[in-house]
Amino acid sequence: MTATRTPVAPSPRPTEPGWVAELRREGAAQFEGLRLPTTRDEDWRFTDLSPISKAALGPARVPGALHDADIAPFLFGHAEWPRLVFANGRYQPSLSKLTGLPAGARVGPLAELLADAPGLIEGTLGKLAVQPAASAIVGQNASAFVDGYAVVLPAGATVDTPIHVLFVADSRAPGGAVHPRNVVILGANAVASVVESFVTLAEGVALTNTVTEASLAAGARFDHCKIQRESAQAFHLATLEVRQERDSYLNSFSFAQGAALSRTNIYTTLAGPGAHATLYGLYLAEGRQHVDHQTRIEHAAPDCTSWEVYKGILDGHGHGVFNGKVYVQPEAQKTDGKQTNKNLLLSETAKVDTKPQLEIFADDVKCTHGATVGSLDALPLFYCRSRGIPEAEARTLLTYAFAADVLEEIRSRPVVDYLEGLMREWLLTAGKRGRGPARKEAS
Amino acid sequence: MLEIKNLTATAGGTEILRGITLSVKAGEVHAIMGPNGSGKSTLAQVLAGHPAYEVTGGSVIYQGQDLLEMEPEVRAQAGVFLAFQYPVEIPGVTNAYFLRAAYNAKRTAAGLEELDPMDFLDLLEEKLKLVEWGPEIMSRAVNAGFSGGEKKRNEILQMAVLEPSLAILDETDSGLDIDALKIVAEGVNSLRRADSATIVVTHYQRLLNHIVPDFVHVLAGGRIVKSGGKELALELEARGYEWLTEVEGAVA
Ligand SMILES: Nc1ncnc2c1ncn2[C@@H]1O[C@H](COP(=O)(O)OP(=O)(O)O)[C@@H](O)[C@H]1O
Ligand SMILES: [Mg+2]
Repeated sequence: MTATRTPVAPSPRPTEPGWVAELRREGAAQFEGLRLPTTRDEDWRFTDLSPISKAALGPARVPGALHDADIAPFLFGHAEWPRLVFANGRYQPSLSKLTGLPAGARVGPLAELLADAPGLIEGTLGKLAVQPAASAIVGQNASAFVDGYAVVLPAGATVDTPIHVLFVADSRAPGGAVHPRNVVILGANAVASVVESFVTLAEGVALTNTVTEASLAAGARFDHCKIQRESAQAFHLATLEVRQERDSYLNSFSFAQGAALSRTNIYTTLAGPGAHATLYGLYLAEGRQHVDHQTRIEHAAPDCTSWEVYKGILDGHGHGVFNGKVYVQPEAQKTDGKQTNKNLLLSETAKVDTKPQLEIFADDVKCTHGATVGSLDALPLFYCRSRGIPEAEARTLLTYAFAADVLEEIRSRPVVDYLEGLMREWLLTAGKRGRGPARKEAS
Repeated sequence: MLEIKNLTATAGGTEILRGITLSVKAGEVHAIMGPNGSGKSTLAQVLAGHPAYEVTGGSVIYQGQDLLEMEPEVRAQAGVFLAFQYPVEIPGVTNAYFLRAAYNAKRTAAGLEELDPMDFLDLLEEKLKLVEWGPEIMSRAVNAGFSGGEKKRNEILQMAVLEPSLAILDETDSGLDIDALKIVAEGVNSLRRADSATIVVTHYQRLLNHIVPDFVHVLAGGRIVKSGGKELALELEARGYEWLTEVEGAVA
């Protein structure tokens, strides 16, 4: 078994209520008992976590003091946006800003909420992320988390601007496993948008294992955007588990560009009639990066809709993995679901394993899914060149165009602009490293 | 301007062009007509540098340079423009961005500074008038979801922006109603200069009432089987192609 076991001794805080201590004990036991998944597990066939075990990372140390200048490169959007900054899992009040929030909203570090008003989150924390596929990882997180963010909105409350949560891995402080734990609870018709950024301050081997649980009451809307751009030596594991009541709406976006090895699980259960989920993602991999997404949409009530589009661009020896599961329970009549995964390979050595998966137990449903893997089409490339656009520029343009439409699904324009910028930068550097000779394809 | 000698080309191993010889001088309009499948589009695509066609023999000299040695983008930068029979859709790239990229590529190649987006918009405004379009079209993705007529008109807009020296129009008239046909023809005519030339590939005499050719060539079986003045187009309209292709069949 794995050396990652070492840091797992539960670390209850003296101020924590008993049920949290219990959650930590259970989590530790789960992790001990189940170990990290291996490629023999169906859900992990294409993603080998053994490099994480081998790295034998202890808990990340408390970093030295961070200053505004340290995080400035990772900020975007508007200065008024509420912001929570965590460095190696520890909340940084001096870099954070929690103004402009509606009355009755509780937005802040989870540890604070656990000390002040644990009753607010008792029904959610540790209650949603209980799926076996991720349980060892989620268990490890439960046993070891120090902090994370909490967003608790009463019925009808609206937070107009995105709440930016910046997770900085500061590898100047050696160690490196961080287990952020986050909770979002939206009352009836409440509206919130959270952007989670995962970034690295100094190169170094580090592990992030983040878990977010979100509970959406009737009519609530939650926009969740996760931006993963950790360093090329980082390991990144993430789980988002959402439960949606009647007529609620989840709009999720996962942007993955960093880390040597990453796995992001986006799970939602449509538990009340009329609930709607849209899951979007864009992953970029180059060098020897491995980027894995697993999504699961559980239709557990009638008249729910889900719509999913994930796109991947793989260069070098990059390896993309996508597994999208859609379960339609017997009671989930009139389900309308569509799932698409499209991948663009920029090199001969890049690869993708994609597996859309539909399991339907109701009879009156409309569900489709599809996946594609290919290189740039020859015809548009020639069309651009026939207008004078040089081949390299045309390739960049068409690659950008392949993915840009999915970014438009993020509701906040500044976030879209930011990610477009990141993608353009990525394409330019990928272009400079060279893509190998143009492939001559017949049309 | 353009000297094509004995040009032969294959696609997927099949010989399609079987020895084309054609000379086009500045200021001239040449019409190329002929039955379906005779190789008209192949000739047009070979001149633009489509990688699916392999030139197996002959030569093409454009403004004193070996055209066949030039990359497609270099040909375009040097003033060759092909209006595609089937314009290509590029979802995710706006018309405005595409046109500016093309325009600036040409300027860069000529050693000129790129035009910034604002100045380019001014230039576009002029060009849009030519095809009687409003600015809305610029924010739509290139040809994506365009009707057949809109696609053809968009080709003429691109041509207007790039101001080619050699314009090759491949069936730009097909699928156009009479009003759209007039807009396209007027666009092409207004873009003619003393130092530019136009090759019009068409099925029908109709377009040639508006863009009057100096020469008409009939392409059949990958060869030019007959050339003449503009009256040849009228004769073809009246008699069809059979009398020419039968001759060709007898020879082959
Ligand atoms: N890319 C290609 N691969 C194989 N055959 C082709 C290709 N393009 C054209 N052809 C064939 O070459 C012949 C001439 O086609 P084309 O030049 O399009 O004719 P036209 O434009 O005169 O109607 C046709 O028989 C067509 O099927
Ligand atoms: Mg044709």
